[in-house]
Amino acid sequence: MRPSAVRLLNILVPVKRAVDYAVKIRVNPQQTGVDLNVKHSMNPFDEIAVEEAVRLRERLKDAVKSIKVVTIGPPKASETLRTALAMGADSAIHVEIPESAPAPEPLGVAQALRAIIQREKEGAGVDLVIMGKQAIDDDAGQTGQMLAGLLGWGQATFASKVEVDAAAKTAVVMREIDGGSEEIRCRLPLVVTTDLRLNEPRYASLPNIMKAKKKPVEKLTAAELGVDFTPRLETLKVTEPPTRVGGGKVESVDELVAKLKEAGFSAV
Amino acid sequence: MLRLLRQGLRWRRPYSSVAASDIEHFKTILPPHAILSTVSPSSLPSSELDQYNNDWMGKYRGRATTVLKPKTAQQVSDIVRWCAGHDIPIVPQGGNTGLVGGSIPLQDELVVSLANMNSVRSFDPVSGILVADAGCILQSLTDYVAPHNHIMPIDLGAKGSCHIGGNVATNAGGLRLLRYGSLHGSVLGLEVVLPDGTILDQLTSLRKDNTGYDLKQLFIGAEGTLGIITAVSILTPPSPQASNNVILALPHFDNVQPLYRAVKRQLSEILSAFEFIDRTAYNLAVKHGQGRALSDEDVEGAECFVLVETSGGRREHDEEKLEDLLSSLMDSDEPLINTGVLSQNPAQFSSLWALREGITEAVSKEGKAYKYDISIPLASFKTVVDATREHLRSKGLLGEHAVTHVLGYGHVGDGNLHLNIVAAAYTQEIQDALEPFVYEVVASYRGSISAEHGIGAMKTHALHYSKNDASIEWMKKIKTLFDPKGIMNPGKVLE
Repeated sequence: MRPSAVRLLNILVPVKRAVDYAVKIRVNPQQTGVDLNVKHSMNPFDEIAVEEAVRLRERLKDAVKSIKVVTIGPPKASETLRTALAMGADSAIHVEIPESAPAPEPLGVAQALRAIIQREKEGAGVDLVIMGKQAIDDDAGQTGQMLAGLLGWGQATFASKVEVDAAAKTAVVMREIDGGSEEIRCRLPLVVTTDLRLNEPRYASLPNIMKAKKKPVEKLTAAELGVDFTPRLETLKVTEPPTRVGGGKVESVDELVAKLKEAGFSAV
Repeated sequence: MLRLLRQGLRWRRPYSSVAASDIEHFKTILPPHAILSTVSPSSLPSSELDQYNNDWMGKYRGRATTVLKPKTAQQVSDIVRWCAGHDIPIVPQGGNTGLVGGSIPLQDELVVSLANMNSVRSFDPVSGILVADAGCILQSLTDYVAPHNHIMPIDLGAKGSCHIGGNVATNAGGLRLLRYGSLHGSVLGLEVVLPDGTILDQLTSLRKDNTGYDLKQLFIGAEGTLGIITAVSILTPPSPQASNNVILALPHFDNVQPLYRAVKRQLSEILSAFEFIDRTAYNLAVKHGQGRALSDEDVEGAECFVLVETSGGRREHDEEKLEDLLSSLMDSDEPLINTGVLSQNPAQFSSLWALREGITEAVSKEGKAYKYDISIPLASFKTVVDATREHLRSKGLLGEHAVTHVLGYGHVGDGNLHLNIVAAAYTQEIQDALEPFVYEVVASYRGSISAEHGIGAMKTHALHYSKNDASIEWMKKIKTLFDPKGIMNPGKVLE
């Protein structure tokens, strides 16, 4: 038997199925939300999170014991898990909610993730959570911070570079902040949220897509986790921003000046 | 003999250049901003006309003094009638994205740009029939019909600049031909200004119309030598509800044929593109940042690549078919493919396509390109590319000093290979080494020397490699019948 690494990392990557960013968003006629009958894919920040976990394993080799992805969503969210598994995650958890259920809010999601992490403790536990800094559908950008708060863990948000020392159980994270970047050293366990510059996610190769089909996906419900996804917020109305009014052509400089004056501009 | 002599004289007839008096007349037809001329009194600097006198590759250069930009078919007719009466030769010009110099003046012909004729005349969302001015940009038509759940039956790399009129005039093929057929099928009607100024209105929108000779077919692919197309009636298919694509890496070229058969059999009606990219073309596209590549280890040992696209009505159905195909390919005892990538979202879908569509651009960034667009049997794609490379090597022209790359890519489904030779500069020596060599190779396969790019100014002398004497004679008779004065795009298609 070969000697096992002193410390083994278990990474959890929460991912969300969201309307694809290339889709033109339309408000539904009832003005209660956006048209969801469009192409969905993995939230781009979460894709970066999965990529980072896979790269950590490529760098740290056997020191990364497991990469588990988790999603909370309707049955179709399982496709998102398959994509993450094809990118290199080992196993997945699908917390399934009904197709018609309202989307869970950040606090509910953070509570569910905490429940999953506590459940995992019975096994190998979780040392590192890597997740998107926000989802591009609701743009809340709160879940990572709430999860760290609920668990009492450290947090390194908006990461543009992550280095983990598995043996020392520490991480050095470069954060995107106003006007530059900030390097922080953290102790594991830790919640990292990813920013755009962290990496460029890979394509899922065919052999890996085939392998992903055989990887285990565990299904759970909110009740089994003891959490409640009932929204605490009420959406009153969703409307499109006013359409941009096109410009006009003028025939002469005088006309231009007149129009500018009309619009309230004057020479200084 | 006398007839031949006369014909010969006719082709050498002296043409008139655009004079100040002509400009005066054009001012009665067009508003001032639609006339660009270096002739006095407007006397623009000739640089203003550069974009009309040069092709985008920098290979062809005209000396036109005047560009007219009419907005209606009547204006086009008035212009042509005047030119016919004054022996002024005309070059009709669309988006100027052609590859064979068909839209560039050979000398100082009058350029008639259709760019201002850019309105959609009608669209019937039930039948999918679109009637549009010739100067509509292909991409804008795609955007126009998209909300009605239709797509244009053609798609090509130049879609952001090329005009539908130019597409029809050159019988452009492109990426969707495998699925939707050629423009000879999807164009239902045309409005054409004939070389005497007559407006030939055949702008019908009938699927079926067997009433005599189908004249519009003559203008499809005539490259503006028989008249100026001013409007197009075209059948647009319903847009697929789901599209997927995959790039496959193949260890040998020999696997392309069996792979194509397997893909056709398993995907059947949802197969919408099957594109071939050889290793050299792939490397160039990646080098010049055209889309993202497979990982290095995936690319290792691949001799060529194939891009397969599916378009269908139901995503689950299509994905299941595609995945069945891919698993059977991967699990086979003697796999036809090394590996591949399957796009997971629209962004990846686009970037896989960008890799294929960006080859043209990558090639022009790499150097000066000699482009041959040939139809040959699929099995001979690699042989022809290799033979061309070896031929250049034997002439001592392969290397940093002359030809740097010989590459092939194209539409497997249509038997259409794009053979590109990238050189440091355009030289007569390379030209002589390539021609007639390439044309003779093509002729030996009974292939076509121009599958979809047309003849233009580049290949008139080589037409006989693909068309026999009788065919060319009758083409000349048709040209003379429509254009007895020879003013319409002279020197193109026919010598």
